[in-house]
Amino acid sequence: MHILVLLKMVPDVVEELEIAADGRALDLEYLRMILSESDDHALEQALLLKEKYGGKVTVLALDAPEVDDALFTAAAKGADRVMKIAGQDAGFTTRQAARILSLVIADEPGVMPVDLILTGVQAIDDLDGLVAPLVADDLNMPYLGIITGVALDVSAGTARAVKEYPAGVRGEFQIRLPAVLGIQAAEKPPRYVPVAKIRMAMKSIKIEGVEVPTLADGGWPLVNVLEMKRNEPAGHAEMLEGSAGEVSSRLCGILAERGLF
Amino acid sequence: MTGNVSVLAEHWRGRISEATFETLALGREVADQLGVPLTAILTGWNSRHLAQALGVADAVIYIDHPLLAEVIPQVSAEALVQVLEKARPRVLMVPLTNISLAISTFVGTRLGVPVVNFCKDVRVVNGRLDACCVLYGGKIEATVETGEPSGPQPAILGIWPGARPAEKGRVERTVPVTDRAVVLEDTRGIQLTKYIEPEAGDVDLTKEDVLVAVGRGIQDKANLGLAEELAKTLGGVVCGSRPVIDQGWLPLSRQVGKSGLTVKPKLYVALGISGAPEHVEGMKDSGLIVAVNSDPRAPIFHVAHYGIVGDVLETLPVLTEAVGARKAATHHA
Repeated sequence: MHILVLLKMVPDVVEELEIAADGRALDLEYLRMILSESDDHALEQALLLKEKYGGKVTVLALDAPEVDDALFTAAAKGADRVMKIAGQDAGFTTRQAARILSLVIADEPGVMPVDLILTGVQAIDDLDGLVAPLVADDLNMPYLGIITGVALDVSAGTARAVKEYPAGVRGEFQIRLPAVLGIQAAEKPPRYVPVAKIRMAMKSIKIEGVEVPTLADGGWPLVNVLEMKRNEPAGHAEMLEGSAGEVSSRLCGILAERGLF
Repeated sequence: MTGNVSVLAEHWRGRISEATFETLALGREVADQLGVPLTAILTGWNSRHLAQALGVADAVIYIDHPLLAEVIPQVSAEALVQVLEKARPRVLMVPLTNISLAISTFVGTRLGVPVVNFCKDVRVVNGRLDACCVLYGGKIEATVETGEPSGPQPAILGIWPGARPAEKGRVERTVPVTDRAVVLEDTRGIQLTKYIEPEAGDVDLTKEDVLVAVGRGIQDKANLGLAEELAKTLGGVVCGSRPVIDQGWLPLSRQVGKSGLTVKPKLYVALGISGAPEHVEGMKDSGLIVAVNSDPRAPIFHVAHYGIVGDVLETLPVLTEAVGARKAATHHA
């Protein structure tokens, strides 16, 4: 069983996001990058499957600030092989990134064959498409997304995946392997790994570098961001200001006025 | 259909989704501004009768195939591509929901046309279609050009739920329906085996008047007690956003948002919830929304009626005490 996990770094939205001088992108200088949350779940789901069924987990990511930390953390958690596609000088759109990932998966020695490719269902900056379906299409594999649980039937060459629908309903699917799954949440919260273990991984594990493949004529029309701005919350909520006691007292007054007591 | 505005009419378990009516309402506006017809595209198996709910459109295209009985995004996309290749509309709007997610990506890549996700609005500017997109968990708004009028079409736009009120897109009327045949060979090895209904929780969130919702800002399961105290004092129950449920701090039956429940209580208190679109979708129509968050830029303040910038763990006990005292005073008055 060989499971490939695709990881992506995204801006940490807990931090203040600044807009670049041209007003059309985020200012990279002030960004703190973290692993995309659903990718973290995809990694966890892969590790859970490895523990249950045996096999090997390979992690592949495009170069980005802090990506080495994410890859060493993945290794410390139990990934067998960590790979980074380096050499690009600019950020890619999701469609470009997915094509690069597909080319590396198909052509880099020792990546194929895979049984499962797991990645997060969606990232907060996936403006022009989603990675999982794009990779599935490039590699001609079945795809299913919004997955919250995976079991394998190795002898039958199938997986059983649980997909979320609205209103708390879930659907159980049988999928032929190899397949690409867009993970919403792993069956358990992503595991914690002590810093000491990550430091050990930094010493003992090597991140394999892969040269970024040349993209032939993209074949995809790029979407053009004309303007980016911070979504200012002003204008809707009436903000209550003061000490905790003062705002609580005002809020009580408002609730009482509306007959909510 | 060439040059038209098209909307994918999504349905699930026999009903057209709310998000479809919302998307149709937006599509109607854009079509009127461009001066072109609005076409709804319906796919399914023996689902032709659903077209009568799509009366806001000028025409409906119905694609009937046994492999389209359940929505499998890759298969639905294959059917759509066959239809769109022949008559290319200007734009195809697809509701961004758990049912249709990924269809827009598949259609866009196969047709070699632009895809723009996370749209909450679409404007016609000098004949060009500009999308207003909500990115980075609701923190950033981007205006995005969805391809040149002379470029490859259709532009495929994923539309957030809530773009327009569903009522504006819900029109019962007999609309001309055109059947289109497609050739689909298999479901690519993907098969729905069963639906798993939600386990009935101890409470039904949709019937509660007061909900106290907790998000990541609650920090630890041990702090849930603080929210429960407030809920008890207000006469409501505690619910949560996705991260709290994923951590296992609250059961699935208490989840509000895209994959969870849609609620409309009289009072919704959002504690430490950032207000990502996936959560807001499930609570935006609550009577009174009060949000407490340490981040003054949290998108939850867009939808809240009253906001408090502060630490949830510090604010909660004080608020609970104040509510308790006020209630006691009211009842003794």
